[in-house]
Amino acid sequence: MSLTKLKPSGSTLQKALAFGSLIALVLIFSFLSENFRTLSNMINILQATSVIGVLAVSATIVIITGGIDLSVGTAMTFTAVTAGMLLTWLGLPIPLGVIGAILMGALTGLASGFFITKMRIPPFIATLGMMLVLKGLSLIFTGTKPIYFNDSPGFTEIASGSLVGLLVPAFPLPNGVLILFAVAAIVGWILNRTALGRYTYAVGSNEEATRLSGVNIDAWKMGIYALAGAVTGVAGILIASRLNSAQPALGQGYELEAIAAVVIGGTSLTGGRGTILGTIIGALIMSVLTNGLRILSVAPEWQIVATGFIIIGAVYADMLRKKT
Amino acid sequence: MTKLVEMAGIEKHFPGVHALKNVSFDIEAGEVHALMGENGAGKSTLMKILSGVYTKDAGSVRAFGEEVTFDGPRAAQDAGIGIIHQELSLMNDLTVAQNIFIGREPRGRFGTLNETKLNANAAELFAQLNIDILPTDRIEGMSVAKQQMIEIAKALSYRSRVLIMDEPTAALTNTEIRELFAMIEKLKSDGVGIVYISHRMDEIKQISDRITVMRDGEYVDTVPAEQTPINRIITMMVGRELEDAEVKIPDLADAEIALEVRGLTRGRMVQDVSFSVKKGEILGFAGLMGAGRTEVARAIFGADTPEAGEVIVHGRPVKIRNTRDAVLAGIGYLSEDRKHHGLALSMDVRANVGLASMDQVTNVIGRIDETKLAKTAVDYIDKLGIRTPSDQQEVGLLSGGNQQKVVIAKWLMRDCDILIFDEPTRGIDVGAKAEIYRLMNQLADEGKAIIVISSELPEVLRLSHRIAVMCEGQLTGILPGGVEQEAVMALATQRETTEDAA
Ligand SMILES: Nc1ncnc2c1ncn2[C@@H]1O[C@H](COP(=O)(O)OP(=O)(O)OP(=O)(O)O)[C@@H](O)[C@H]1O
Ligand SMILES: [Mg+2]
Repeated sequence: MSLTKLKPSGSTLQKALAFGSLIALVLIFSFLSENFRTLSNMINILQATSVIGVLAVSATIVIITGGIDLSVGTAMTFTAVTAGMLLTWLGLPIPLGVIGAILMGALTGLASGFFITKMRIPPFIATLGMMLVLKGLSLIFTGTKPIYFNDSPGFTEIASGSLVGLLVPAFPLPNGVLILFAVAAIVGWILNRTALGRYTYAVGSNEEATRLSGVNIDAWKMGIYALAGAVTGVAGILIASRLNSAQPALGQGYELEAIAAVVIGGTSLTGGRGTILGTIIGALIMSVLTNGLRILSVAPEWQIVATGFIIIGAVYADMLRKKT
Repeated sequence: MTKLVEMAGIEKHFPGVHALKNVSFDIEAGEVHALMGENGAGKSTLMKILSGVYTKDAGSVRAFGEEVTFDGPRAAQDAGIGIIHQELSLMNDLTVAQNIFIGREPRGRFGTLNETKLNANAAELFAQLNIDILPTDRIEGMSVAKQQMIEIAKALSYRSRVLIMDEPTAALTNTEIRELFAMIEKLKSDGVGIVYISHRMDEIKQISDRITVMRDGEYVDTVPAEQTPINRIITMMVGRELEDAEVKIPDLADAEIALEVRGLTRGRMVQDVSFSVKKGEILGFAGLMGAGRTEVARAIFGADTPEAGEVIVHGRPVKIRNTRDAVLAGIGYLSEDRKHHGLALSMDVRANVGLASMDQVTNVIGRIDETKLAKTAVDYIDKLGIRTPSDQQEVGLLSGGNQQKVVIAKWLMRDCDILIFDEPTRGIDVGAKAEIYRLMNQLADEGKAIIVISSELPEVLRLSHRIAVMCEGQLTGILPGGVEQEAVMALATQRETTEDAA
């Protein structure tokens, strides 16, 4: 038709808005503190974003279907424990440990997907159950003690080493950040360019219409949850590598941070809308805030309060935009 | 006559769409003023401005002698302007009465809700309007027609002086339409001004006093209803003349049977239904609202699981457990309720068109060929005349009729051998209707088997090569095409199956 598209769509606008807030935050903190505006601090911020960023990518996938995954935090720990068992206990080589952890993540996602589609349990409940099951299993398998990776030299390099630093010594960007960007790019591609991604949005937008289009939504939804689980597995590897250990008691609470990043990034909790780029920006906003406030010596208690208000503010901005 | 409302110079822009260009419109007391125009002409938008749903970009609205700007639907309602929206907007989990009085529930002491009074009020309202619905029923699972009646009752309960009806009859049976018209006559005599939007010409001629026609967001003209011939109105709407085609029944004696259904049964609505459709044939399904036609279609398509019965496609029995099986067997189903069952509203036109045919545009790893998909989508946008700024516009932002065309495009792209159209032209303008009829005939010519379910008898008669008639869950007979309306009505109201069903 002759009419052309004049204005950017809603989600583009939301991303621009989130991106604008991120830049504004960085500028404000840079102005207030010269410790903030150093290269090494910027790298710190990115490094701090890597684990929660990958988790938030996983959460985004599920939230776009109109579901929610409360188990990402403890599933991450469970995959870290899996890596520990494979590498430290069984002495397998690092690549096998990594693949094993990611597969285990996919498996936990598949389990949630099964409960949700075949047993018709609402996602909130199914993943709440999974959250506890996985938390318990991590503690049982490890006997509540951390598993260290001291026998797998090089494991810490996965997140903390720097390939970039080898090439450009002045810019030691940790591998964990590269992995975050790679995961984001791959998942972004899947969501935008593949049938799986298309059905992810379609299910979130109108599940019944999708079913009546002849799409076997049960199978696709299990696939979607499995994909999210695999991404959670990557987060498990990252956190294990950074801590050089699998800490079985860690994990709970991460899911809320991940969901917060997703929401700040403009993904709708009712499903059907959302982007990975938005989520990454959302995760960065949270890290910049935490880092900046800490550098300004704001008490940690107040940092938490500030994060809470940021979430409310971000969603409010989204509402204002929709109300035109 | 006193003018209740006068709108002048109204402008409205949406991203990429100039929806209203300098439009004027007025409503007099005690008249029915029909608003007509093709899909996307701007009828609903104009009325949404009048009822406070949208704000205008420019222009003036005078209501009851005063210049007004409504900042929300509530303000318009309080001023005496009520609207029944094109898309139903009832809350599924609430009861009928709770829906009608939402926001103005009768209160008891301490501000608690008085549910007894609420239900009594609703019952009284229904008694006045002669509607047979229980106030305590939940909306969930109600037929579209019933929901429509509730919407009407709700709008009337505000004692509006201006009442806007945006395609109120799209889902009503003839009896219900008669009741609605009686209601409208009564309101007229009380001095209420009524705006009536519909694509059904016969209705417009029957009840309206004046007709205003819009085209492409512009005001065309206002004419008296009685003196203006239908053809002239259509020409004003589409900007050209349409020819009226007769149904041509092809000789299908040697044609292969594409779909055969034997003894299909599901609950009360589908009782032992058997019929067959040949390649190249259009089989119409006539019957009153609630006769079970949609239920038959859903059972064949695997949207609901039948209790008994066989589905035979191209001579081979197929087991249809879910919609995926049906699509793989080459069956497509266009649902009657596009908002809930047809479209992913927050996704764009392109994605919706491709939703049933992802395997055609993806490679082994599931990567979507966007260029190919976009090209196909744009093809259908042109072919069906879908009015949209681009193939990347969100479907939820299209006008009602254009949304319906997107559903049709989705199934045309799937290229099924057997297509079930459930109320395909509900809410579609005359020009596009003719185009969809032409398309169906073309599909039949290409050898596809087509089933059309429609509550508009003239439509069934105009299209069908054979007509299956249902009544209360039973197939009461199958008539040859080209029969008189009376023959169909006789079967539609008859309870026992005739023995010699052809
Ligand atoms: N909220 C919106 N955002 C963007 N475009 C819109 C919006 N609402 C309507 N439009 C566009 O404005 C135009 C007029 O739409 P409108 O719904 O008023 O048509 P209509 O005359 O009621 O058509 P129909 O007979 O199909 O219901 C269409 O091109 C439609 O796509
Ligand atoms: Mg409309």
